[in-house]
Amino acid sequence: MATQINKQLGDNVFLSTVDAAASWARANSLWPMPFATACCGIELMSAAASKHDLSRFGSEVMRFTPRQCDLMIVAGRVVMKMIPVLQRIWLQMPEPKWCISMGACACTGGVFDTYAVVQGIDRFLPVDIYVPGCPPRPEQLIKAIMDLQEKIKKTGTYNAREFQLRILPDGPNRFDEDELVRIRERNGFKLEDPKYDPIH
Amino acid sequence: MAETTNVKEHLESKLTGVSLAWSEYRSQRRVSVPSSSIEAALRALRDAGMDQLIDITAVDMLEYPGASDRFEVVYLLLNTTSGERLTVKTHLNEPDLKLPSAYPIWIGADWPEREVYDMFGIIFEGHPNFKRLLLPDAFESFPLRKDYPVKGRGERHNFPIITRAES
Repeated sequence: MATQINKQLGDNVFLSTVDAAASWARANSLWPMPFATACCGIELMSAAASKHDLSRFGSEVMRFTPRQCDLMIVAGRVVMKMIPVLQRIWLQMPEPKWCISMGACACTGGVFDTYAVVQGIDRFLPVDIYVPGCPPRPEQLIKAIMDLQEKIKKTGTYNAREFQLRILPDGPNRFDEDELVRIRERNGFKLEDPKYDPIH
Repeated sequence: MAETTNVKEHLESKLTGVSLAWSEYRSQRRVSVPSSSIEAALRALRDAGMDQLIDITAVDMLEYPGASDRFEVVYLLLNTTSGERLTVKTHLNEPDLKLPSAYPIWIGADWPEREVYDMFGIIFEGHPNFKRLLLPDAFESFPLRKDYPVKGRGERHNFPIITRAES
């Protein structure tokens, strides 16, 4: 049946779920909120700059207002006076939202085991991805964002309360970007074929 | 460098009957003044040409060998005309940790005095806006005192926890 439809319509139409399509769109349009407090922030800027160019992975739109962001990147140590500010920024971000804890200080406090430095932001905030390193290289941050995209594609359109109440650990079947290629191959088309016509 | 003012004679003429302990280390002059006459001493030094207050800081001498007083408050002064410098020290003991503010003499004493209070708990009377400078207002301890543990008393963990379902 599906093959019949494909024969009729070529690769203009294929079937998926709303969850999978929404997750695919969310994963590839992350808007990061840079919460850079120390030297990790320099690496974060480097990851966004021309040499490493984070925009190749669909997350280049850095915004400095939390209401336009869905990914908070905490880069650097956070002191106790900063935690209420950090929590407020996190609460101001609209759902769906994710958090990357970048570097040893944001993850664990690092070498700064003093009265003022919070020993890991995950004590007070939910964190999705931890990036080790002091500071991590831009490649590590890019890998973290790619891992986060994998995670988002598997999560679906749960909101946070549903996420808390879920019984099964897995989300929907993820949107398969290779589906188009497979449809073309099933219909006997090859991308290299100069006579390739996507309609018939 | 312009002519060197004779700070020592000027100070001793203004503070007659006060025991001033002068010392010198590698041509850096220091004077120790009793805390009861510190305001008069600072005013006399300002009049003698010490027109800039570089910094105010303090030392906790709790476990310092041979120390007889708990706190040492240090004023670093500079004569911007002659380039001459002077370190003025005064000593304090608990429970009387009060000094007159140097704000009326040098307006630049504003933040250094608040920082010394923030870290050591020394109170400067007569300061126009006397509150903590760096730490949150709810902080109760004075962290640079030697009897305060480096890792604190749990202040850094005293915050609400935001879970994913709540945010």
